[in-house]
Amino acid sequence: MNVKFDIEGGNFSSARLASSGVKKMLKQLNINIQTIKRLVVAMYEAEVNIVAHAYHGEVNVNISQDQIKVVFQDHGPGIKDIELAMQEGFSTASEQVREMGFGAGMGLPNMKSHADTLNITSEVGKGTRVEIVCYLKSKQSCLQHLFTMH
Amino acid sequence: MQYMCDIIAGKILTASESESQFISKAFASDLMSDVLMLDSGHILLITGLSNPQVIRTAEMSDIKTVVVGRNKKCSSEMINLAKECDITLIESPYSIFKISGVLYESGINPIF
Repeated sequence: MNVKFDIEGGNFSSARLASSGVKKMLKQLNINIQTIKRLVVAMYEAEVNIVAHAYHGEVNVNISQDQIKVVFQDHGPGIKDIELAMQEGFSTASEQVREMGFGAGMGLPNMKSHADTLNITSEVGKGTRVEIVCYLKSKQSCLQHLFTMH
Repeated sequence: MQYMCDIIAGKILTASESESQFISKAFASDLMSDVLMLDSGHILLITGLSNPQVIRTAEMSDIKTVVVGRNKKCSSEMINLAKECDITLIESPYSIFKISGVLYESGINPIF
């Protein structure tokens, strides 16, 4: 099962639509609530990052029998030093983003702690790709709903 | 919920229709990334921030009750978003310190 969402850079009003949409979908699939929360929090951090830093982006969500894989690809300034960006407290966020309660350099570490696997690749001046995977503990219920929905 | 609202001089702007109104734990923060790091859901969030990101963060964190303190006023966008997400939203004129103290004294526990 695949779903795609577009993300508009700079539009903070829409900075939740992908995460919120996926959350609703996973609830319908009866996925374990802890798994949903872990994935959705990681997704939301990634979504806010795209809105805060990139021009635009898209997210592709793939739900299979044993995992949920989410790939964010943005077109933006990219990350010069990913290792540095992964450190808690490192941030290049604007004052506007900080006033919203973000930009404390917790986004990427938070993604890492919530995802089962996190892979980030980036090219300066072009964009960043973030891949988040959460493994499903309760496969049976997911499978049943996938079959009934399709 | 009404008692809790009374002791913080709160005003309920919108109330969750589906969630149980019993709250046993709370967390106070103006940093939404700290809220997103919590493992616990279904807690009370106390914050001095008044912007829609607070509601979006609550939605992602499974938080169903948000108290906005420091006499900050919630925008119609915040209220509408809280309704859409089925989140109880309360304004209080008290400081975050006072809200936390009053609620702690009434039996609401910290997460850690």
